[in-house]
Amino acid sequence: MSVLVFTVIVLIGSYFAGFLGSLTGLGGGVVIIPLLTLVLNVDIHYAIGASLVSVIATSSGSAAAYVKEGITNMRLGMFLEIATTAGAMCGAILALHIPTQYIAVLFGIILIFSAIISLKRKAEHITLQKSFLAEKLKLNSSYPTANGTVEYSVTRVGGGFVMMLFAGIISGLLGIGSGALKVIAMDTIMRIPFKVSTTTSNFMIGVTASASAVVYLQRGYISPGLSMPVVIGVLLGALTGSRILVNTPSSRWLRWVFAVVVTFLAGQMIYHGVTGKI
Amino acid sequence: MKKFKDTDMQLLLGQVLRAGTVISISVVFLGGVLYLYRHGHTIVNYKTFVGIPNFVRHLPGIIYGVVNIKGQAIIQTGIILLIATPILRVVCSAIGFVLEKDYLYVGISVLVLFIIFMSMLSGHAA
Repeated sequence: MSVLVFTVIVLIGSYFAGFLGSLTGLGGGVVIIPLLTLVLNVDIHYAIGASLVSVIATSSGSAAAYVKEGITNMRLGMFLEIATTAGAMCGAILALHIPTQYIAVLFGIILIFSAIISLKRKAEHITLQKSFLAEKLKLNSSYPTANGTVEYSVTRVGGGFVMMLFAGIISGLLGIGSGALKVIAMDTIMRIPFKVSTTTSNFMIGVTASASAVVYLQRGYISPGLSMPVVIGVLLGALTGSRILVNTPSSRWLRWVFAVVVTFLAGQMIYHGVTGKI
Repeated sequence: MKKFKDTDMQLLLGQVLRAGTVISISVVFLGGVLYLYRHGHTIVNYKTFVGIPNFVRHLPGIIYGVVNIKGQAIIQTGIILLIATPILRVVCSAIGFVLEKDYLYVGISVLVLFIIFMSMLSGHAA
């Protein structure tokens, strides 16, 4: 097929990926990579490179809005970025040496895991437990709500740091944002209020992806012709999605639909990886 | 001078991120239009990983490409700008922490930048 037709198909596909990704919080990367590798037969390295670039775009675009609202915990984000960028660098380098079949299978597993996490009910909790590390690192903070400022503390900093390391490796290895893993680290392990963990996670995803993107860029894994429609499509789709998100309160059934789609794609990735077709 | 607060930093970072995203996407879009105009009819082949056209691999080649108005080089420039945006944000965070006299976090920001720098270098190592 010609470049023009290919570009248009990728553009449309990316738009839907970005749209669904922003509505469900799973990100566009999880749909883009299976779409490119399974449907359009793109080599997974190119696909991961393009996905990483789109992740940077959506993260930066949305973080720009959230950080101004004062909910993002900048110091927490900065501190955890040590872990995520170090992980991302390792993940990107690992990706150069691991056979693509394993990447495909791992991708499928992480995808299923993320889908399950997105369906779990999030328990809202505020902890005021004092933690030595959190105090030293000035991580405890507050965030504005409709009812005034809410204070919160951060616990188990070490555990969160290790989880972020893992999230960074996964991001660099698979080209996704790893938002699900980051939210687990902050929400479940460090007991941070949900709104703070999602906005801070968003804040961090961009830098994490940049840390691995520079490796991919230098190795020639980022193809301009492919990345261009992916990044534009995903960004436009995500923008549309976030507009709609503001107006529609309940997205529960949508998460189920997306989780089913993602699980199907994950199964395909694993199957193709195992049978060596990727 | 008015004391630089967290809220000032939030505003600055938000602006940097938004500006960076808008500028880089615009460059990518411009390059895309040029690329499609010139190469829209060629047959696509992304199946085998043979890397990307040589002129886009290294900085001198990209600059040459931009000067000669080659779509792919302009797209790649936009992508580089996009990758640079979060990194620039970390730099701004560091500066903000300096203004707040929060030296612990100046150190942490610099450490993150150092890791990213290492990441850039490691890409070179064969």
